[in-house]
Amino acid sequence: MSLFQYRLSELHNMLHAAQISASELTEESLSAIARVDGDVHAFLTLDEEGARAAARGLDDKLATGAARGLLFGLPAGIKDNIVTKGLRTTCASRFLDNYQPIYDATVAVKLRQADAVTIGKLNMDEFAMGGSNENSAYGAVRNPWDLERVPGGSSGGSAAAVAAGEVFFALGSDTGGSIRQPASYCGVVGLKPTYGLVSRYGLVAFASSLDQIGPLTRTVEDSAYVLQAIAGYDAQDSTSAKVDIPDYLSALTGDIKDLRIAVPKEYLGEGVDASVRETVLAALKVLEDLGAIWEEVSLPHTEYAVATYYLLASSEASSNLARFDGVRYGVRVDDGGGLVDLYHNSRSRGFGPEVKRRIMLGTYALSSGYYDAYYLKAQKVRTLIKQDFDEVFKKYDVVIGPTAPTTAFKLGSQTEDPLTMYLNDILTIPVNLAGIPAVSIPCGFAEGMPVGLQIIGKEFDESTVLRVAHAYEQHTDHHKQRPQL
Amino acid sequence: MSITVKDVQHVARLARLHLSPEEEAVFTEQMNAILQYAEKLSGLDTEGVEPTTHVLHVSNVMREDVVKESLSIEDVLLNAPEEEDGQFKVPAVLE
Repeated sequence: MSLFQYRLSELHNMLHAAQISASELTEESLSAIARVDGDVHAFLTLDEEGARAAARGLDDKLATGAARGLLFGLPAGIKDNIVTKGLRTTCASRFLDNYQPIYDATVAVKLRQADAVTIGKLNMDEFAMGGSNENSAYGAVRNPWDLERVPGGSSGGSAAAVAAGEVFFALGSDTGGSIRQPASYCGVVGLKPTYGLVSRYGLVAFASSLDQIGPLTRTVEDSAYVLQAIAGYDAQDSTSAKVDIPDYLSALTGDIKDLRIAVPKEYLGEGVDASVRETVLAALKVLEDLGAIWEEVSLPHTEYAVATYYLLASSEASSNLARFDGVRYGVRVDDGGGLVDLYHNSRSRGFGPEVKRRIMLGTYALSSGYYDAYYLKAQKVRTLIKQDFDEVFKKYDVVIGPTAPTTAFKLGSQTEDPLTMYLNDILTIPVNLAGIPAVSIPCGFAEGMPVGLQIIGKEFDESTVLRVAHAYEQHTDHHKQRPQL
Repeated sequence: MSITVKDVQHVARLARLHLSPEEEAVFTEQMNAILQYAEKLSGLDTEGVEPTTHVLHVSNVMREDVVKESLSIEDVLLNAPEEEDGQFKVPAVLE
């Protein structure tokens, strides 16, 4: 029987009771990767040697009776925009094909301190730009539920690796929905924490005011475990929040009696597939049966979120990616034409089309004469979007809706039309603009593909988000369904 | 308002990108579609609304002024495409 059927807490107990070893878990993960990753293509870099050595070290540690970390012995995958010392980090870009980080991201340090085993680095959209994982310079990830469909993006490799049973959990990053949307498409749990809760030190920046690292797991309890290990203030990140970290596991009481749920009419309206809407309404009925109360509300500025996001995220991206110039790391193309030509040639060779498109859009939005009309205007609309949530949270505990308007689409079906692709993120983007937490959990299937339920909370109220998600999960079995590979 | 191939060429220069004629044509069309969509913001009244640059109320975060060891030259140059005498090497800027 596969060890992948167990929750992290169960594995924790089995390790402690010496029923299994960290090395066995690591071998289980490596053999699953060998079996299915040729089809799924979730991994960009495997660290078999390092993982086996780490697992052996943990087995030795267990034998001595030393204290065990929260994620003891659990094999994990890390999205390839999170730097890992000595382990190639590419951001799925040709630009960083041979990049060997000289330091660890704070979350990588925290995983090690929690005794997790890093198996390798996971595929993604180049520099986290995309909603389908088709923008990887190393080829697309495929959805484990249907290999002809996308896994979602940009943390598609992280979501697919968890769904396919290749790792016990994974880390992703979420700028406009990049954890939740692939979690929805792949039928796993994806949590975007409040901005500032998890350190971004060592996350290769895309849009710095929006990016946030979070876990992808099979269950809500697993998500709480991983969040507990990675959350917390970090002096190395100037945007890290100084807040007390609660015990997320103790929040999973199963009790949601009298919980007040807001359901925005904009999240179930035009553009949302009927099958997705019905599945979400059925999920709300489950929550209602558990004692929660839901009412329809309005988040009136939702329709402006996608335009706001793409102006702001592209502007920040054009600035962040200016550091890729072929001088200190990455691709260098020198045709003897001088320094400025070296910049141009290196960047033109190193970046893929989606990254170039966003750099162009951002450079335009920030350029003289357009700054006020685009960038400043978008910053003001961001305020209105945040105020919409503030208003709703005066009366309600959580906001619930679908994670994405559709289920996973066919590979290649939207690549020629970036605007349509961008609109797939309409239900996740407002959360990033407001900086608040949200989780996507499996809530059913439409035509055989997973549907995600999005639960959004007040800032730093991950406990309530996880409590609601866990209560739902305890009364359904969607999260127990596995793709056949 | 629509942007032209000439605008795209200008922005590409600002962004330090070389674009092929095919890329210029595709980006002109796609950026026009995206910017046309973004025009919907202009219809929204934001008079008196403060811009949100950041959701956390943090500014000017400074670390303690403590002397500490910096990265070694070997580490700093580990990924350098070209280096010489412990420095990044670039084409001559001045003749």
